[in-house]
Amino acid sequence: MRDVAIIGIGMTDFGELWNDSLRDLFVKAALDAMDDAGVDHIDGLVAGCMSPGLFAGQEHIGSLLADYLGQAPIPGVRVESACASGGMALRTGIAYVASGMHDVVLCGGVEKMTDVSGAQATYALATAADQDAEAFHGATFPGLYALMATAHMHKYGTRREDLAQVAVKNHDNGMLNPHAQYRMKITVDQVINSVKVADPLNILDCSPITDGAAAVIICPLEMAKKLKKKPIVKITGSAHATDTIALHQRADMTWLKSTADAAAQAYKQAGVKPSQIDFAEVHDCFTIAEICVLEALGVVKKGQGGKATREGLTARDGKFPVNPSGGLKSKGHPVGATGIAQIHEIVTQLRGDAGKRQLKGVKRGLAQNMGGSGGSAVVHILEVL
Amino acid sequence: MLTPAIVRRNTPQRYRMEAAKCAKCGKVFFPPRLICDACKSRTFKPYTLPQEGTVVSHTVIRTAPRGFGDEAPYCMGIVELTDGTRILCQIADCEPERLEIGLKVAIEFRKIQEAGESGVIAYGYKAVPER
Ligand SMILES: [Zn+2]
Repeated sequence: MRDVAIIGIGMTDFGELWNDSLRDLFVKAALDAMDDAGVDHIDGLVAGCMSPGLFAGQEHIGSLLADYLGQAPIPGVRVESACASGGMALRTGIAYVASGMHDVVLCGGVEKMTDVSGAQATYALATAADQDAEAFHGATFPGLYALMATAHMHKYGTRREDLAQVAVKNHDNGMLNPHAQYRMKITVDQVINSVKVADPLNILDCSPITDGAAAVIICPLEMAKKLKKKPIVKITGSAHATDTIALHQRADMTWLKSTADAAAQAYKQAGVKPSQIDFAEVHDCFTIAEICVLEALGVVKKGQGGKATREGLTARDGKFPVNPSGGLKSKGHPVGATGIAQIHEIVTQLRGDAGKRQLKGVKRGLAQNMGGSGGSAVVHILEVL
Repeated sequence: MLTPAIVRRNTPQRYRMEAAKCAKCGKVFFPPRLICDACKSRTFKPYTLPQEGTVVSHTVIRTAPRGFGDEAPYCMGIVELTDGTRILCQIADCEPERLEIGLKVAIEFRKIQEAGESGVIAYGYKAVPER
């Protein structure tokens, strides 16, 4: 297997982008990434997108996007793993490059969510839950994460304020990200008093509905060394794990086993321990998710995610900064684009290009992207050479 | 999604809580599966879930999906039945303030969803606090 490096990154602004279609969003991010890499041709395209059919009435987007990017007849394919579709696109592209099948591959993610009503968007998102065992009974995604939150608070003494602090911290970071959808400061009181969605989660505990796209260009490490225009970011870990998609069928509903399994593999591939990671971008689709992810990644012990957040571990100036981009909460969550946008932020930080939100002295970052209530998880570890 | 074909196919589990018990290791699957993830056996015995249990987590859904709009807010929980099997369902006849982990519930047959585009009204199980 060949080592793989990231040589280009690009993304659109995240937000309600009524003038941009799904294909335009993807092509803008892809061209941005190709310009950054300095390439005018790619050998293959992988697009992560959760549900172009339900959100935009369009399937068959692998070919559509390759064509509108001016790259047909290259192979283009869409991959789907709910909200982890972006991470899956990168992992799939890595398999192409590492195996020697292709050299220069564009891995992108896109979701166009505001062409449909809020009710239709909620329905589309809920298709990532078990239709027979969860959605049939009226469960929503906030509802499933709320069930995790109730259990976590009961089992470990996690406080309502700890959940809110995740949102407050991520908004503090997102305020400094020009691509972010919600660049405003919020307070713990505002989160706790915002409109109730699924108890104990309120609207300010939830990531928003967002349009957006992100893309990265990958190639063999040896080829990247010859191009050598910008700091080279090597992919040292790439892992994916599955779990039962119905929350109640798991042995422990507070434990994100797919994330723990994927992280264990990624750490092994990279030859590192959690303590050797400098910072992370994680899947904070709901505030409780970030708390559970910290535990599953082994950053803190089981049950300590809320306390660690309260004590500032994950703040930008903390020992282990999490979601310097603003996370899904503030930056926005165009579901298929999220996993690639996480990679975009890690590369930006590792190159030292993050401006006001730049973390000091970071060499190694981790991205954790999750589907549904944790039925899938993708973990990548990146290092700057 | 709710169509007459889906409703008909799921009737044994929704109306009668028919599960499957692995003939080799005894693990219970609801809804039934074709292979046991624990021992990989493909042989199952019919098994009906017990009708009492305990709430192990709960929420109140205030923003409801299509088909549930008129009911919101409604209580929902993960219920551990007396044999240890866990199910997710609504908790009916229950004020949100009454929800707590450890609440004893009984399973009852109720209407689940209003008729959607297909015109099918869906029925199934809900948990009700013991009186
Ligand atoms: Zn078995």
